Amino acid sequence: MPAEPAAFALPETAVPAAASRGWRLPIFPLGVIGLFLLVALVAPLLGLPDPHAQSLRNRFKPPVWEDAGSWKHPLGTDRLGRDMLSRIVWGSRISLSAGVITVLLASAFGAAVGLTAGYYGGRVDAVLMRVTDATMSFPVILLALILAVTVGPSFTNVVVAIAVILWARYARVMRGQVLTLMQLDFIAQARLAGAGAWRIITRHLVPNTLGTLLVLVTLQIGYVIIVEASLSFLGAGIPPPTPAWGSMIAEGRDVVTSAWWVSLFPGLAILLVVLAFNLLGDWLRDTFDPKLRQL
Amino acid sequence: MSALLEVEGLTKHFPVRRGLLGRSTGLVRAVDSISFTIEAGTTFGLVGESGCGKTTTSRLVLGLERPTAGAIRFQDEDVLTLDRAGLRRYRRSIQAVFQDPYASLDPRMRVGSIVAEPLVINEPMDRTARGRRVLELLDLVGLPARAAELFPHEFSGGQRQRVAIARALALSPRLVVLDEPVSALDVSIRAQILNLLRDLQDRLGVSYLFIAHDLAAVAHMSHTIAVMYLGQIVEWGDAAAVALEPRHPYTQALFAAALPIDFDTPREEIVLSGEVPSPLAPPAGCRFHTRCPHVMPRCATEPPALRATAAHLTACHLYD
Amino acid sequence: MTPSPVTPPPVAPFVIDVRELRTHLVTRWGTVRAVDGVSFAIGEGETLGLVGESGSGKSMTCLSLVRLVPRPAARILGGQVLLDGLDVLTRSEDEMRRIRGRRIGMILQDPMSSLNPVFSIGMQMREPVALYHGLRGAALTDRAVALLAAVRIPSPAQRLRAFPHQLSGGMRQRVVGAMAIAAPPRLLIADEPTTSLDLTIQAQYLGLLKELQQRHRFALIFVTHNLGIVAKICDRVAVMYAGRIVEMGPVRRLFTRPAHPYSRALLESIPRLGARAERLTAIEGQPPDLARLPGGCAFAPRCPHVMERCRVEAPPERPVGDGHVARCWLETPA
Repeated sequence: MPAEPAAFALPETAVPAAASRGWRLPIFPLGVIGLFLLVALVAPLLGLPDPHAQSLRNRFKPPVWEDAGSWKHPLGTDRLGRDMLSRIVWGSRISLSAGVITVLLASAFGAAVGLTAGYYGGRVDAVLMRVTDATMSFPVILLALILAVTVGPSFTNVVVAIAVILWARYARVMRGQVLTLMQLDFIAQARLAGAGAWRIITRHLVPNTLGTLLVLVTLQIGYVIIVEASLSFLGAGIPPPTPAWGSMIAEGRDVVTSAWWVSLFPGLAILLVVLAFNLLGDWLRDTFDPKLRQL
Repeated sequence: MSALLEVEGLTKHFPVRRGLLGRSTGLVRAVDSISFTIEAGTTFGLVGESGCGKTTTSRLVLGLERPTAGAIRFQDEDVLTLDRAGLRRYRRSIQAVFQDPYASLDPRMRVGSIVAEPLVINEPMDRTARGRRVLELLDLVGLPARAAELFPHEFSGGQRQRVAIARALALSPRLVVLDEPVSALDVSIRAQILNLLRDLQDRLGVSYLFIAHDLAAVAHMSHTIAVMYLGQIVEWGDAAAVALEPRHPYTQALFAAALPIDFDTPREEIVLSGEVPSPLAPPAGCRFHTRCPHVMPRCATEPPALRATAAHLTACHLYD
Repeated sequence: MTPSPVTPPPVAPFVIDVRELRTHLVTRWGTVRAVDGVSFAIGEGETLGLVGESGSGKSMTCLSLVRLVPRPAARILGGQVLLDGLDVLTRSEDEMRRIRGRRIGMILQDPMSSLNPVFSIGMQMREPVALYHGLRGAALTDRAVALLAAVRIPSPAQRLRAFPHQLSGGMRQRVVGAMAIAAPPRLLIADEPTTSLDLTIQAQYLGLLKELQQRHRFALIFVTHNLGIVAKICDRVAVMYAGRIVEMGPVRRLFTRPAHPYSRALLESIPRLGARAERLTAIEGQPPDLARLPGGCAFAPRCPHVMERCRVEAPPERPVGDGHVARCWLETPA
């Protein structure tokens, strides 16, 4: 009696109206991120003025819509006469790559730790979690400052300083997910089929936790961009003359009332990008979570 | 004929740990020295209420837990002293189907991969041979070939249990542990699955360890029934005998509580007083004596042994 | 307690009289007619068993009676629910608050979610008692203790201080039961209250429920999928399928001479104690997809006696005996 696989019978309780909203793609976040990514990638081809080119004659030129502005420098110039638009575009390469690389490193390592701790449990779990807790409590900014003072500020230092502490968050979350999954029968079934630790972790645990990991990664990129900007603002991040949004804000600190564009535009850029990543992360979580909860 | 599975003096105690250092403050006597045998091609029903130890027993038999004491012999081989190769062989001979059809299948895998997984791990087969075997198994449980391409969430509960059964049969096991296989399914679907299980037993000669709280289903499926209470077997015998003429007072109360739907069979009403004692501190003597309607002074001090009475074994002083 | 051999149909005035109740559910898959024209009536001290599988509409019917359907997806579209003659569906929200708990009590399946885990039993018991009887202080505590004693909880005074997790499942259900009958209500709705309990504990609980009913004379709706329980404690039974009552009548009669093919198939698919030799009669097919119901009788795709008419026209409720109705086109009962 072959039975046709039918759509499953509906549960008695109602699905809340929110779920019937359907699949609406988040246009705004995807658009913003897409734009910045694209611009960052093709920056050299855009024919913008050299972001390092100084011209003391052109210093503090206002944006194009002001009286003294011109299309030559649509967003104005900074105190060394460097074109703001160009610096913002080149700065996006720094911010985005810092965000993505850091998060990738931290999440890969953190996920591995979390998976191991959750799978083995017992003493392994206890030890790994104590290390994780200790790491989590260390302030990122302080570590970056220490590195900046001892080894000197650089892109690598920023990535390392953040990643070395950020992984703990992933470890915690992944471990939690794994603990829930380990209770489910299909893991016991894999064991009964003779699966070893490697197969269970890679074939069963990872695919079922990827969703959560993706959500966390997306939400964290925004956070990392802000930290990088803060570090650059404090002088412990990317050293000048490389255009980084944080240090650009710092440079405009003294002239905030007169040449407001020097600090404002990099600030706006940070705001837009971080907002976009956060919104995307929220949307991902709303889409993935119900399915995960079905477990 | 030697039995397929022989369990002797099987015991499992779980230590209860408290405090920062995890000191042991007590022992949960989940399973306390039980013995039984399962013959090839038969169904052994295990019944009892929460805390009786039937789930722990099934986990011990499956090798998911190691016993504190006792022996498990499968086809005359001592399971507990097997080497890695031997253990692999044992694993292939004993499989399981669990209660929750929504938690026993990996939601991220296609049904075909789920059913093939035991084969992938254990059998050196090429892809085509494996694919054929998967289709064979799906057909065995009444699912169409295209089911292999679908994901678990596209199926109903009953269909998912069929997938679970197909997976359990992949390695042609001799014994399948069925832990509440139909409790989570709708009543109208249960009959389908129970019929399927019976058919498979007739066709493949596989044995079942059938655990369920639906006593009528257990009686329907089993050749032999054992009743557990607080980690011990209190009665064990031929299914019809145990179900229709129970000897042990607990079995009598249990089957009286399994409400029948026909009005013609007169059933004695036995309502037990009190709650099930905690397995942390089971009563002395006969563990059931605190709730037994026929308790005698002897019951509080002396634990009864499992003795033959008519068609079955009962552990009760009433029959000494 | 065995039901009396012949159960007469309920006599007016009824405690609860439901007429053509309709509740719809808007889901991602479409509009579902969760409760599709349900009618029944229960008198004082009488028990109606509401039987059905998942998706049959039995739980949604109960929620509709107290107007607690999950909003905004679900809406009660029509019909009447007469509680002692007064239509509950036309009451204001304030009036409903006074009716719920006080005149209609509910016991749900999972006692752990009915009880607040962070409050003691005593605090949770006192709340309804204070509300319904305006008692305070020592009188309030005494009444709470009396209620716990009424549901046969040992050492009730000490138990007031306990927390839900310190009690066993059976005890928790009793506490929930005590709260449900605190008023006492005119109608008690029990939605699968024993499903999570052990068999011997279930036996105790059912006995308790009957005793309470005899004392307080409330009407009882017992929702379950377990026909054995229905046989034991219900006077009448209504079988639901795809949002409709397909058969309703006195328990003994319906069980021995079911008129609707679904009821009959259900009864035949249940294993009986001591009948290992027989093969169970399974019902073909799958439970219906409520968002895509076929026209005509919802059971037609699975019915062994299906006729052409069944696929086109949904049968109305037709009498098949004394106080016994069924929705089926068959002239002679299946």
